[in-house]
Amino acid sequence: MAPFAGFQMPIQYQGIVAEHQACRSTAALFDVSHMGRLRFDGEGSAELLDHLLSRRVIGLPIGAVRYGLMCNAEGGVLDDVLVSHLQTPSGSQYHLLVVNASNRAKIIRWITPHLADFSTVTMSDRTELTAMIAIQGPRAVEVTARLFRAHVDQLKRYRAVITEQFGKPVIVSRTGYTGEDGFELIVRADEALRVWENLLLVGREYGFCAAGLGARDTLRLEAGMPLYGHELSEQIDPISAGLRFACTLDGRSFIGDEALRRISEQGPEQVRIGLLPEGKRPVREGCKVLGPNDEPVGWITSGAPSPTLQRPIAMAMVDAALVDRTTGVAQVDLRIDNRGHHQPATSVPLPFYHRPL
Amino acid sequence: MARNPANLLYAKSHEWVDIAQEGDDKVATIGISAFAIEQLTDLVYMDLPAVGKVVAAGDEFGEVESVKAVSPLYSPVDGEIIAVHSDLPERLDELKEDPYDFGWILKVRLSSEAGLSQLLSHADYEQQCGEAG
Repeated sequence: MAPFAGFQMPIQYQGIVAEHQACRSTAALFDVSHMGRLRFDGEGSAELLDHLLSRRVIGLPIGAVRYGLMCNAEGGVLDDVLVSHLQTPSGSQYHLLVVNASNRAKIIRWITPHLADFSTVTMSDRTELTAMIAIQGPRAVEVTARLFRAHVDQLKRYRAVITEQFGKPVIVSRTGYTGEDGFELIVRADEALRVWENLLLVGREYGFCAAGLGARDTLRLEAGMPLYGHELSEQIDPISAGLRFACTLDGRSFIGDEALRRISEQGPEQVRIGLLPEGKRPVREGCKVLGPNDEPVGWITSGAPSPTLQRPIAMAMVDAALVDRTTGVAQVDLRIDNRGHHQPATSVPLPFYHRPL
Repeated sequence: MARNPANLLYAKSHEWVDIAQEGDDKVATIGISAFAIEQLTDLVYMDLPAVGKVVAAGDEFGEVESVKAVSPLYSPVDGEIIAVHSDLPERLDELKEDPYDFGWILKVRLSSEAGLSQLLSHADYEQQCGEAG
């Protein structure tokens, strides 16, 4: 167990590699209750969030989920978020914003002054009233869908629905952070243990297991997904981070839009790349990336041994001039200063892992 | 003959030590405990020193990496490294299976026995692990 953003979080249950492999081969359960959950009710919720996010929220259909960035005026990333438009069984609609645990207080502080411009909107922090469980892996949907009242196996990717499990409300979202298919569930906090144990019980015969933060990190790294504080920060914009797809820049205005348009047109100074370090020794966050003349050209943002590829993998931010913008691959030989040892590394397109279709 | 973990000494940093008389010298065989290996899980890399290096108790002599983190290895004794188990980094699965015999890491010829009194008995080490776990 380790403290993280005010929560006691399990790094691992039985071991990172076993948990990682369960997620890739069958399914794994993650307690992600630390993620911040902010609910927006009232007329104007979509307009408020549209003003704050790099993706269009106005006109987001009921049941749709979007990945986007909340940026400052310079285009620096305050957080990467999921926004959903949901409808309760009684017919009322609201928006739900899922934010990183470590950014929750900052995001609430950032949004609060904007609420003054939208007097009909209320923001409520649902994080401590609810719990969030991710069930991820190739068998997650088929095995767990029958636990829910709605036919959640019919949900498309990036869609969500409010339904019931054993008569209790649950938000089921076909999203995740592992590169696998699966669901993310939000339930009342006092229902969390029951839901967790039920999922483990029905999954047991299929080899489902609980997985901790360690496996969550190696899974998302293989899937080439950024993690706030590593590939994203207030000093890194979404274009540099390779998240141009999550920025709708045409025909709308939002905080940071001008900076992002400028960076998008001129090209970023640094870009995120994937690296395969030679040999067995893992490279870690913070190691310098060196160019052909041993000059520093960037830094490792995340690095770990990949349980799927059975070798070290890493992501790095490097000088954009070295990288082919079409392929996302560096055109020069790179080495990594791994605590004094200069370790050659091959630049490869992200992600490292694609789930089989 | 298999080493009995109950008869070994332990550093607080989880290295085990087996002291034996070899001629006029006392030689410490050093490894890492089953508890440490279990806590690290998923070992992927080990970096070891060269024979001939002189170490003092508490010096970092190498490192072991798991999927999640790098952990330094500390010498529990003072002396000169006279043997290194150089196959071990390629055989980390076997280290996990057999940390006390196959999994030996270094042999150090003691230059002083002053530091040995700082080491823990098996019972005291188990107690420390129980408190940590």
